[in-house]
This record gives sequence, C-alpha cells and structure tokens, in this order.
Amino acid sequence: MAGSTLEIKDLHVEIEGKEILKGVNLTIKGGEFHAVMGPNGTGKSTLASAIMGHPKYEVTQGQILLDGEDVLEMEVDERARAGLFLAMQYPSEISGVTTSDFLRSSINARREEGDEIPLMKFIKEMDEALDYLEIDKNMAQRYLNEGFSGGEKKRNEILQLMLLKPEIAILDEIDSGLDIDALKVVSKGINKLRDENFGCLIITHYQRLLNYITPDHVHVMMQGRVVKSGGPELAQRLEAEGYDWIKEELGIEDETVEQNA
Amino acid sequence: MAVETKLPYEKSYIEEFSNKRNEPQWMKELRLQALEQANSLEMPKPDKTNISKWDFSSFKHDFAQGEKLSSLTDLPTEIKDLFDKDNLPENLLIQRNQSVAYSAISKELQDKGVIFTDIFTAMNEHEDLVKRYFMKDGVSVDEHRLTALHAALMNGGIFVYVPKNVQVEVPLQVVFWQEDPEAALFNHVLVVADENSSLTYVENYISHNPDEKTVANIVAEVIAQDNAKISFGAVDNLSAGTTSYVNRRGVAYRDATIDWALGQMNDGNTVFENITHLVGDNSLSNAKAVTVGRGKQTSNMTAKIVHFGKNSEGYILQHGVMKDSASNVFNGIGKIEHGASKSNAEQESRVLMLSEKARGDANPILLIDEDDVTAGHAASVGRVDPLQLYYLMSRGITQHEAERLVIHGFLAPVVNQLPIESVKKQLTQVIERKVN
Repeated sequence: MAGSTLEIKDLHVEIEGKEILKGVNLTIKGGEFHAVMGPNGTGKSTLASAIMGHPKYEVTQGQILLDGEDVLEMEVDERARAGLFLAMQYPSEISGVTTSDFLRSSINARREEGDEIPLMKFIKEMDEALDYLEIDKNMAQRYLNEGFSGGEKKRNEILQLMLLKPEIAILDEIDSGLDIDALKVVSKGINKLRDENFGCLIITHYQRLLNYITPDHVHVMMQGRVVKSGGPELAQRLEAEGYDWIKEELGIEDETVEQNA
Repeated sequence: MAVETKLPYEKSYIEEFSNKRNEPQWMKELRLQALEQANSLEMPKPDKTNISKWDFSSFKHDFAQGEKLSSLTDLPTEIKDLFDKDNLPENLLIQRNQSVAYSAISKELQDKGVIFTDIFTAMNEHEDLVKRYFMKDGVSVDEHRLTALHAALMNGGIFVYVPKNVQVEVPLQVVFWQEDPEAALFNHVLVVADENSSLTYVENYISHNPDEKTVANIVAEVIAQDNAKISFGAVDNLSAGTTSYVNRRGVAYRDATIDWALGQMNDGNTVFENITHLVGDNSLSNAKAVTVGRGKQTSNMTAKIVHFGKNSEGYILQHGVMKDSASNVFNGIGKIEHGASKSNAEQESRVLMLSEKARGDANPILLIDEDDVTAGHAASVGRVDPLQLYYLMSRGITQHEAERLVIHGFLAPVVNQLPIESVKKQLTQVIERKVN
C-alpha cells in the first residue's frame, strides 16, 4: 500500500457547546479520492475544520489517526507537517505578507533548517504552478488573499496545494462561487496531483465538481454522521434525484444537525 | 506636583557654550531668550498621556566630542548595517556624540549648490539661510518648555538645503550616533527644499544606554517651498535610559509634497509628534509611522496634519505593536482650517497588542472648519487574529513564525515606505529584535 492513511473514528465535535458531528467514521488512503456530499448544515465543513484543528471546534469523542499517529494530539502546524492540508472555504486575509513570501515560508517549514528551498527553484516551481492554474503572476506579489475575488482565493488555495504536495488533502467547498471556467482550472490542478501517494477528501454539496474530478468513493452526510457510502454512481444518483430518497430510506425528516436542538 | 524645577543652566553657561561654537550673535540671543522662556513655559501636554513624572531633567549637557572616523569599517555592526557595504552611500553624514565623525557629499551635488553639513558649520557658512529658517516657519521657540529648552541647549544637528530647480536623486543619509551614554542630545535637523526642487533624506538615531539616564530633545523642521518634494525617512532607536521628546514638523507651500516614513523604535519613554502644515494650495502629505513598544515603556505619538491651502491632501497612517507591559497612545489629528476648501483629511491608526498587560489606544480627531471638504478616519486596537494564525499554521508554519509574519505584515505599509533599502532592512531587524 502506498501513501498515507487518514482514519476518522467515531468523531464527535462541538462548537460553542453545540454538538455538530455525532460519530463520523471514514478512512482515506493514499491514491483514493473521497467525496463527502450532503445538504447544507449537515456537518461537512465541521469535519474538515476538526481534522485540521480549527480553534473554535472541540473534539469531544473519537479519534483521528494519520498512519496510526494521533492527530488530535498535534498542533495545527504539526498536522500540516505530518502531511495534512485543508483548502479552506474562507481563507484569511493577511495584510503585508505577500503570497510569494507566505508560500516560501510554508515550503521551508517542512524542510530542515539550512536546507531551505533555493530561491530560483522556488520561483520556477511557483511560476509553473501559476501558469498551470492560469493565475496572473502579479498575484504572487500581492498580499495574501487581501482584496482577492472569491475565485482568486480558491485558485490560491489550489496553488498552495500544488506547491506543498501533502499526503492527504481536504478540499472544503472548493467549488463554491466558481464559474465553470474557473471550476475546470481548479479541477485540472487537483487532478494533476492524482497518484497512488495522494489521498483527497472533497467536500461539496454540488455534484457539478465531480464531473471534473471523479471520486473513488462517495459519502453522504446527514445529521452529523455519514449515512450512506457508495461509488461514483451514488453522486450521479444524487444529482438526478436529490437527497429525498436517502431521507426516505433512512426515515430522516430533517437532515441538518439542528434537528435535536 | 508638576516638575517645575529651575534649570541648572545659567545665562553665563549658555553664553559660553555659544561662544565656544563661534555662533553668530542672533543665535546667542535666541538661545538666551529661549532659556528665559523655558523657565516660565509649561511642559507639553500630549493627549491621553501624563508625562509630568517623566524624567526630562536627568542629563549631562555638554558638547561631547566624538572621535573622527577615517573609514566606515571602524563602525559597530549595527551602524554598518545601515549601509550597503558594496555600495557605500555617496551622501552620508555621521554625527558621533555632538561632532561630525564622517561626512561625504557627491561632487555633483556640491556643484549644484546643495548644502549638507552640521548645523554649527551651516550657521557660519550659510548664516542667512539658517537664520531665515531656524525655528521660524516650523517649530516656534515658545511652544512649550521643551521647545524653548531645545533652542537654549541645542548641541547638535544638521542643515540641508536644496536650491531652486535642483533634483537630488541619490538619498542623503545621516546617522546620529550617541556613543556617550550620558550625554544629552538636543539635536536640530533643518531641511529646506527650495522651489521646484526635490530630495530624499533618511536619518537614524542610535544610542547604547540601557541604564544610564539621559534625555533626547529632537526637533526636525522640514520646509518644502512651492512645488518642492521631500521624502523624509527616520528610524529612532534610542536605548531604554533615554527619555525622548521628538518633534518633526513639516511645512508645505503651494503644490509641495512632504512624505514621512518614521519608525519609532526607542526603548525609553517617548513623546513623538509629527505635525505637517499644508500651507499652500494643492499641497500634499503622507504621514506614516510605526512603533514597537516593549518592557515598561510608555509612548505617545501624535500625527497631525493641518490644512490651510485649498485642495490640500493629508493622509495619516500609524501602526503600532505593543508587548510586555508597554503602552502607546496614537493621536491622529486632521485639522481643516476655514478656507481650505476641497481638502481631504484621512487617517488610520491601528494597535496590535501581543500580551495581556500591553496597552494601546487610538484616538482619532477631526477638526473641520470648512464645508466643502472630505475627511475620514479608521482606528482599531486589538490582538493577533486567531483565525489568521490558524490559516498560516495550517500550512505548516509554527505559531511563532506565524505571529512574526502577521506582525511584520502589520508594520509593512510603513517599513516598505523607507526610501533606502539598507535602512529598511535594518528597521526590519530592529522590529525582529523588539518583538521576539
């Protein structure tokens, strides 16, 4: 088996005292692309944030393991250096720090002191990725996400993904707010990383993205749990028929995590 | 219980001090009159900071000689870092204690009539010019006790003059190196750009007296005549033992521009004011300042732009980082006088606090006496945003490095304005040292 394995076991997560995830189980291996789908408010983004260690989310029960290592014991930066990456739905704006400086610091954070990436090599790699994602080269000298359009922010997340080459990436609604051309470019970037060492968890509530990135596994979340899993055909059925049939099958009336509140 | 002790300096002391410098009669008289005024004037009262307990009276006033430098290689590293080693500045003056240790000015500028020399030499060699501008258009002797004391006790400084229609392309750089840990610095900088001229000037203040108590009383007067353009950069880096009063004053006449990029990195208590008078129509000023406070230091920073001319524009930007139990007040004042129609006064003051005990205050003031104007202000006092740190750390950057990036980013809008690359780098290093 190649690549890393991310295991999520019986994960319960609270935000401000309110339980959002109520026992999520999921395993992602290197080489696999998983899609987590579901209507709004079912806990998909919470799952992404909890894996990365967002300060507002508290794990109350369960485990997250990366190649057997306890991710929940790690700080956010340690998780990243262990091989995790989250393309965020709402990335922060950092005034005064150029995208280029930030990228270089991020790459060097994974390397030993004294073994920093040579400047010319970095520029070459960055320029190639910028071209591949059809991003204006000026973006590298602009302050990180400051004044970026929604589409630019998404592309910038994928730019980081391409340069940092993590073992396991989580993409949180990377398709939201993208027009079809931008969606194609972003998908192209993600597909380029596809190999037996790279695992990916794609969170979306539109099937649209999955027309460009074919998942190996599709999971549906409702009420803070994974309620159904299948192959790519599951996504197609959701596109054609919506979520009602799953709710009927499982006897769910309100799919959101609010239902107990 | 204000500290209103009588000065230990007598008329005779001032007379003798002036005589020793071979000063013209008018200067001696100005000093003596200032001394008298100092005894009756009150201390300045910076808004929101009480300085009545600050020690502005423990110092040794003299003309401390500094040894001449035959070469720049003899300098301590932190001063050498101010220059590009492979490309030494053409126009450089180093004042070591109270005397000139090194000075260079390009032949080209000399031929064009540019004056770049210490204030005492200037008083004799260019008496008319110095007399015309010294504490006339800019700072008045009788503003308060510290300006009067400044005039009475001035013991160093420089004079810059750019004649009409002369453009100075290469920056003029000055280092005020206070090597004697106890010598008080009453430094006067007078920069005059005559009509249609332009220049870039950058100064650094450095001292090494963490424990020895002394005082810095610094006045800079920056005069831009019609259609002149002055870019003025400064990094103040005086040690914890120095209590400082720093007053940089600009006067911009018709179509003139004065841009400030000021780094207030002193470790001692500091009153820092930067006031620009936009006297002429269409005059413009960008006043940018940053500060980093640490330890127990208190600072009060006032940036003020006063609009007299029509269609004048003033932009204030102040960013500060406070750690330990340091505290800082930013007063931002945009004042538009009656008649200054179509003027625009904008300001932004922000403080970032890095510890529980640090204090920051941003105090925006707009005083507007004319209807047909625009004005705006933004102010904030806060901590490092945990979501910014989360985002940076999610890429593998450590918390310490993430904080460093956020802080440098926060100060970048001013640091990046400094017109000399080596000074910019040195300021970055000073910031690094102060925040770590």
